[in-house]
Amino acid sequence: MKKEMKLEFDALPENEGFARVTVAAFLTSLNPTLEEVEDVKTAVSEAVTNCIIHGYGFGYEPVMDQDKEPEGEEKPVPKVYITCAIENDTVSIEIKDKGIGIENIKQAMEPLFTTKPELERSGMGFAFMEAFMDKLFVESNPGKGTTVRMEKKCGHSFRKADEE
Amino acid sequence: MSSFLLQKKSKRGGKKVEERVLEEKFQIVDNYLVVKVPEELDHHQAAYVRQYADKYLLDESIEHIVFDFEHTKFMDSSGIGMIVGRYKKVSSFGGKILIANAGERIRKILFLSGLSDMIEWID
Ligand SMILES: Nc1ncnc2c1ncn2[C@@H]1O[C@H](COP(=O)(O)OP(=O)(O)OP(=O)(O)O)[C@@H](O)[C@H]1O
Ligand SMILES: [Mg+2]
Repeated sequence: MKKEMKLEFDALPENEGFARVTVAAFLTSLNPTLEEVEDVKTAVSEAVTNCIIHGYGFGYEPVMDQDKEPEGEEKPVPKVYITCAIENDTVSIEIKDKGIGIENIKQAMEPLFTTKPELERSGMGFAFMEAFMDKLFVESNPGKGTTVRMEKKCGHSFRKADEE
Repeated sequence: MSSFLLQKKSKRGGKKVEERVLEEKFQIVDNYLVVKVPEELDHHQAAYVRQYADKYLLDESIEHIVFDFEHTKFMDSSGIGMIVGRYKKVSSFGGKILIANAGERIRKILFLSGLSDMIEWID
């Protein structure tokens, strides 16, 4: 039986934590190992952070200035969209933004490649998604947005089969 | 460690709390800045650590930074970027980055990122 879950939330750094925790909670029915949960949380964190920083260009204003109330009219905050599905022993996670998109996906996925060194990005995001998930697909249209799809086999039944 | 997160959540709650809590998270011992790393070192938290670490680096005669991961359960590439950034600052004056009490998960992420050459471990 297939299970699904959808999340849509404001593309703000303070939402990254609840996004990865929500996906981790959805995973519970697969009976994942602690390590699998951590792997998924890291991968989700990477993809969501990328939507916010790169897709929508929300880097970080100096933290000390955040106490100030925003001046002028408030702009609507763009959204990050997550869809998760569990089928058999596999979770698939789709994380999407409607931001600037990626011109050269192959280059973007190379370890250490980053377009935002001034924000102290290390270019490890896609490398972590690849390392911690079984499958990773990236689709992007410049000017339209980016969708990352990831899959991972999790849980007890999988471990058992592996040991036999 | 939850006080750090609470403080973050009530960031409009006034400056006083922030200063007091920060003193607990950032200690200066001789020429070392000791940073108690938050429970979840993500984009949001890395920005805090970066900002205050750099503030102390300017103010005091600090040479080295110790990141104490005792209470840290989660780190992603934002944490890596933050550590590498601090490494660039201190190493240009001969300083070191030391990592204390890192659990298995944190070690794995640091190794994967190729940081093991830049840092020293203390346990
Ligand atoms: N959602 C996105 N929208 C637009 N560009 C993206 C998106 N995700 C990734 N990119 C591009 O791909 C590059 C590599 O991404 P990756 O996550 O590997 O590294 P990073 O985000 O730059 O650094 P790190 O993840 O280590 O902090 C980014 O610098 C950016 O140019
Ligand atoms: Mg990234």
